[in-house]
Amino acid sequence: MTELLQQIVAGLSSGSIYALLALGIVIIYRSTGVVNFAQGEMATFTTFIAWTLVDHGVGYWGAFGLTILIALVGGIALERIVVRPVEGKPVINGVILTIGLFILFGGLSNWIWKAEVRSFPPSRPFPTSAWNLGGVAVSKQDAGILAVTLVLMVLLWLLFRYTKLGLALSASALSPTASRLVGIRVGWMLGLGWGLAAAIGAVAGLFTAAAAPPLDPNMMRPVLIYAFAAAVVGGLESPIGAVVGGLLIGVVLNLISTYDTHLHLDLDRVRLPIALALILLVLLARPTGLFGKQVVRRV
Amino acid sequence: MAPLLDLEDVHARYGSVQALGGVSLSVGEGEVVAVLGGNGAGKTTTLRAISGLVTTSGRVRFAGERLPRAPEGVARAGIAHVPEGRGIFEELSVDENLRLGAYLRRGGFAESYERVCGHFPWLERRGAQQAGTLSGGEQQMLAIARALMSRPRLLMLDEPSLGLAPIVVREIFRILGDLNENEGLSILVVEQNATLALRSSSRAYVLEVGQVALEGPSSELAENESVRKSYLGY
Repeated sequence: MTELLQQIVAGLSSGSIYALLALGIVIIYRSTGVVNFAQGEMATFTTFIAWTLVDHGVGYWGAFGLTILIALVGGIALERIVVRPVEGKPVINGVILTIGLFILFGGLSNWIWKAEVRSFPPSRPFPTSAWNLGGVAVSKQDAGILAVTLVLMVLLWLLFRYTKLGLALSASALSPTASRLVGIRVGWMLGLGWGLAAAIGAVAGLFTAAAAPPLDPNMMRPVLIYAFAAAVVGGLESPIGAVVGGLLIGVVLNLISTYDTHLHLDLDRVRLPIALALILLVLLARPTGLFGKQVVRRV
Repeated sequence: MAPLLDLEDVHARYGSVQALGGVSLSVGEGEVVAVLGGNGAGKTTTLRAISGLVTTSGRVRFAGERLPRAPEGVARAGIAHVPEGRGIFEELSVDENLRLGAYLRRGGFAESYERVCGHFPWLERRGAQQAGTLSGGEQQMLAIARALMSRPRLLMLDEPSLGLAPIVVREIFRILGDLNENEGLSILVVEQNATLALRSSSRAYVLEVGQVALEGPSSELAENESVRKSYLGY
């Protein structure tokens, strides 16, 4: 029992990182209707910005806050300048654009910061000790990351559920013309969607570096697949779904590796196929995901 | 007194196709004005030109000032546009649609909501329903209700009768008449159903190939021989 709980806790820890990145994907999808394949590479890029700041003498948490701000502004700028031309165009244009951004940001990170191994953060952002809860060790870092994830999820849920801004963000994605006619500045809403997603992505990148050092320009590639699986499992438009999906995938992958005594799966090899199989399974059984809203249209 | 809305020599084009070739029309404060015309005459484009959904040249003034050329600005100026095909947010609930209608307003939501529900009492009971699952007539009424939530000075409607049963159309026009008489709302309505449009408006314009072919009081136009032949069918 203790062993099972311990493995679940470990799964929650990696799951919360998937959940954070999935949150970014959900925000962009919900507020612009675009699936952002570059979410992970953007997160890596901003994490390196944080590294550069720390390298120049800024404190870790100062750099953390500054990076989130830079990501927010950068995300808005990216939308206004690069994503704008595909607005109102067929979905495939947006897909190709974000795949292009994936390659661009991946290339930039590798080019500017080279593929060297770096230790980052310089010191652990959370205490290295752990709590002992009835024989189950819970590291303070994992607990901290999970707490931040949950807080961000609740804030986003409140934003979309109860605020005018959140409603305007959703409306802009659903029908830009009708939104403009009720007075919403759709261009800024789309920009803000990208900005928020980039900011949350920055948190995901910083935590990935902290939880699984070293810092490396390709660190978010595998995480992106799990985040996608998380977003699809949860329903692409639901912040709660993204987090539940992320935690679920973290736990499932961890439990498979611990309790697989028959198949002797090499987890490092089967992790990705399992995540992809989950995407497929959800799309077949329940295309809107666990928390997605089933939309009915009159014909 | 200067009219509330005043268009002077407005041109509009879609690519190389000219849709409006110099339209001038006006809507007075508290007036109901109808725009008639066949398919492709430029009725919808006229409304889209006012809302800034197409690029235009010419002068559009509203309440004595130049109207902004972007839809967000036009909405802020006090014009609510119920577009062709209703333009409701089908994926959102009835209540969310109404909240979006009041997007530009700070406070006063409850009061507007109550007023709007006074005209459309069923909205209150169906707040949680997804708007896309409403019947066609209900969707049209929701679109009008959402437009009213912004407390506009001018309501523009594009073919509110399109595809609806006669009884629903009569109900909608009864409510529009009520809004005009009791709340002094100015209305500009584009309509294919000329009989209905002329009966519910005080003045009307007939558009032909992007230009105003005829204009005048609705009762006079209803007697006009060519209007009768072309649009009323007798």
